[in-house]
Amino acid sequence: MIYLITAIKAAVLLVVLLLTIAYITWIMRRGLARFQVRLGPNRVGPFGLLQPMADGLKAFFKESITVERADKLAYWLAPILTFTFALAAFAVIPVGPDGWVVANLDMGVLYVFAVGEMAVYGVFLAGWASGSKYPLLGGLRSIAALIGYELALGLAILGPVLMVGSLNLQDIVLWQKEHGWLIIYQFPAFLVYFIAALAEMSRTPFDFAEAEQELVAGFHTEYSGTKFVAFYLGELGHWVVGSALMATLFLGGWAAPFGLPDIPVVWFFLKWAVFIFLVLWIWASWFRTRYDQMIRFAWGVLFPVAVVWFLLTAYYVAKGGML
Amino acid sequence: MSVMALAKALGVTLKHFFQKPVTIPYPDAPVPLKPRFHGRHVLTRHPDGLEKCIGCSLCAAACPAYAIYVEPAENDPENPVSPGERYAKVYEINMLRCIFCGNCEEACPTGAIVLGYEFELADYRYGDFVYTKEDLLVDTVGSKPQRREAKILKKPVKLGFKVPYVRPELEGVKYE
Repeated sequence: MIYLITAIKAAVLLVVLLLTIAYITWIMRRGLARFQVRLGPNRVGPFGLLQPMADGLKAFFKESITVERADKLAYWLAPILTFTFALAAFAVIPVGPDGWVVANLDMGVLYVFAVGEMAVYGVFLAGWASGSKYPLLGGLRSIAALIGYELALGLAILGPVLMVGSLNLQDIVLWQKEHGWLIIYQFPAFLVYFIAALAEMSRTPFDFAEAEQELVAGFHTEYSGTKFVAFYLGELGHWVVGSALMATLFLGGWAAPFGLPDIPVVWFFLKWAVFIFLVLWIWASWFRTRYDQMIRFAWGVLFPVAVVWFLLTAYYVAKGGML
Repeated sequence: MSVMALAKALGVTLKHFFQKPVTIPYPDAPVPLKPRFHGRHVLTRHPDGLEKCIGCSLCAAACPAYAIYVEPAENDPENPVSPGERYAKVYEINMLRCIFCGNCEEACPTGAIVLGYEFELADYRYGDFVYTKEDLLVDTVGSKPQRREAKILKKPVKLGFKVPYVRPELEGVKYE
């Protein structure tokens, strides 16, 4: 019975998540357009709301080309990996109190990290298997950046985890409901995490893995049709899941702020939207760093800050601070 | 790397986010034209209703693209078409040849031919691009394809532009 309920929950989550990601494309295009004083897509349906459907339909009817020099197995595996692992991370994120999460894992944070990093294999495999130079460069950049930001990302999350004393995301939310948001206690950790997360989502200023101007489209240059859609949705999925995770870890997740009434999903959605917008805003405003700059920044600034903050938090908790 | 500069960049984009988009969704919304826009020609009239054109063919002589054909005729003294001795019996402009330079307007001694605001002239047949006197006179609103569409749909002619004001030489042109 419990398996059935979980399966139904997972199916519902998958549908909702896919729809969300589809509409993220709409939000992205309309939002970026507004930042550039344009209108954005507004022809298909009211306010262009059917645009994602039209785009999807178009992509599915396109010819799915397999490059002759590609390594067939890896070439096919790459989009599937990216897409699956981008979505799988959402399973442990609680959108409401007990029962509003598909898998209430005790090591939820660890799971998110494990699954999130798997997605980089998709990028790397795509770059390598395409048998073309631009995807290869994009894939290499992605891997090189991974080593840099991953450390900061992992260390930044240790502070909040130490304070709460649990890796369970539901516990983290409940702790914040009681004590207040972790962004207040753990602001340096939040900053490091946010910057590293931008790199993990490969969004501006760290979107060099798919830099249109230098690498055509980076690792997915040689992909078309459905496989391209899988990559595209996977990329956006990272954005969606990363934003949801930040809202859960630092802004109190589904718990209502300021003593307002708790409504499942609604508060979570609002906090989530804050991060979605923040990433979009940065996307519209900033430049793209070179990948060596990003790696130097990750090792030289993010990593030491994360380590020092982690040690400070550890000292505080060890002295018998909040627990 | 200056954090202040990054914050400033965010401020600039946010300011634009709340601005009204500059895009004009053209077929749905009219295009605001500049007063000196060179659109389709208009044959104007005097306030008493007589045509300003006296059939002198100076416009045809000035035309660098040979787009204008004028055939003058003597005015009937009892029932004149124009105030002069002669008037334009045939006045044709080939819109495919016309380069909308405005030389005809400058050459016209009576200010009869004026470049107006209409620009939606796309059509299907070569022959339909030859605009005759009836198509060019001030009383006619809309280009040939626009009027044809309006006739089929039984709706008034829909113009795709708006003008801040009508130029004095275009007096009598009804655009609203």
